[in-house]
Amino acid sequence: MTATALSVRNIRKSFGEDEVLKGISFDAHSGDVISIIGSSGSGKSTLLRCINFLERADSGEVAVAGEIIKTHKAKDGQLSPSDKHQLKQMRARLGMVFQNFNLWAHRTVLENIIEGPVQVLKHPKKKAVADAEILMDKVGISQKRNHYPSQLSGGQQQRVAIARALAMQPTVMLFDEPTSALDPELVNEVVQVIRQLATEKRTMIMVTHEMALAREISTHLIFLHNGRIEEQGPPQLIMENPKSDRLRQFIGKF
Amino acid sequence: MVIHTYIEYMGWGAGGWGDEFFFGFLMTLKISLSAYALAVIFGFFATTAKLSKNIFLRFMAVSYTTVVRALPEILMVLIVYFTVAGLAETALVKAGFVDKGFQFNPFWAAVFALAFVAGAFMAEVLRAARLAVPEGQIESATAIGMSSLQIFMRVILPQMMRHAIPGMGNLWLSITKDSAIVAVLGAFSELLYTGYRAAAATKEYVFFYGVTAVLFLLITLISIAVIQWMERHLNRGYA
Ligand SMILES: Nc1ncnc2c1ncn2[C@@H]1O[C@H](COP(=O)(O)OP(=O)(O)OP(=O)(O)O)[C@@H](O)[C@H]1O
Ligand SMILES: [Mg+2]
Repeated sequence: MTATALSVRNIRKSFGEDEVLKGISFDAHSGDVISIIGSSGSGKSTLLRCINFLERADSGEVAVAGEIIKTHKAKDGQLSPSDKHQLKQMRARLGMVFQNFNLWAHRTVLENIIEGPVQVLKHPKKKAVADAEILMDKVGISQKRNHYPSQLSGGQQQRVAIARALAMQPTVMLFDEPTSALDPELVNEVVQVIRQLATEKRTMIMVTHEMALAREISTHLIFLHNGRIEEQGPPQLIMENPKSDRLRQFIGKF
Repeated sequence: MVIHTYIEYMGWGAGGWGDEFFFGFLMTLKISLSAYALAVIFGFFATTAKLSKNIFLRFMAVSYTTVVRALPEILMVLIVYFTVAGLAETALVKAGFVDKGFQFNPFWAAVFALAFVAGAFMAEVLRAARLAVPEGQIESATAIGMSSLQIFMRVILPQMMRHAIPGMGNLWLSITKDSAIVAVLGAFSELLYTGYRAAAATKEYVFFYGVTAVLFLLITLISIAVIQWMERHLNRGYA
């Protein structure tokens, strides 16, 4: 049994009257690749954002490598982090890749990648640059190191965003539809990088609409519907033999 | 009138007005720079209040910017100079920052009044600039574990300034001109007041108001060059 890299317990989240997450729990062990699928509005992004507290859940618990993120119930009823310092450390261990890349527009590729290591991990700049060089090589963006995000294609920007997340040496990578903002011909270059990470046994949680990719690289598949985990299991198994009608319909669309 | 009389007019010392204009020029810069720096601080406070979740803070900030922008500047400066400065004095004494009987010197009271007015306009410029920074870039900074202060200094501020520079530049240009308003508050010997004195004493209205105008123009031209340089610098990386 490998160590639990990420443990999510009973996450609930409402927006007003609308309960978007109705108690979600799952574990990711070291080396797991968990794909989360589900129709638009089923709460996939909200779930990822509750994990690193970009969104505050109403209740639940998140633990990274066995360490529970300390929280308390705030006056507004939402779950509030109790220890800012711990929260920052935990966030640093959860590398998030966004649908829209969210690179810092006023910083070059290299500057984007070394920002976290230098500012948050307090690495010396020299070391951060040396590490960044390896990562830029890995995602194939070395030639563009001094370019600004606006000078890059979407695919290139997303590869930089992945390198930026990797530079933090995170325990778990969180991907929120990393390819859905890309032109079709640019999807593959990003998929290649993610595939590579999977073969390196990186622990990843990936929200995706790329069913082929999910099936190929996931160790576990979660189908989210109406704020609940409707079905989960090994990807081949549940894609070929969906038990619920919902999943059958959902898969039928692809 | 021959040329050399004008040269004498602009001479240094008792006979000429050159030194008066030189110090008037410096005084105008001093008032403008001080008021501007203070206005930036007021503006940041007001913007933060406007964008905060606290209703009371939002209400205060909106009242401030609305009232200031509704009234003629010169009236606002008079009101602030004669009332708000006094209230601030009392507040500072009560808070224990200064001793009893403390009074702003008139220079600082005038600067405060100018800054109070400019700060309201600054708040609008800064608010628009703050809102122009994409939320996603703040989220990605949050997600790697940066602190609020780091996010402000390293993600928000640099990008905000890019959007704020044109508006802030305009405010600087108008504050150099508005600095002349303090002439109504008393003798601060800034540029306009100096021009007025020289013109009145010599009856050379056209010449001395002309000199005054040229000096104001000089400030503006230099300012524009600096603002353009800053814009270019801050716009690096944007297509
Ligand atoms: N900040 C918010 N305020 C109010 N409602 C929100 C907010 N964020 C998300 N929602 C709602 O929560 C539900 C789930 O949204 P979420 O973005 O998590 O869905 P998703 O599964 O990621 O969808 P997609 O596939 O379109 O990205 C939606 O109904 C959405 O409208
Ligand atoms: Mg989503």
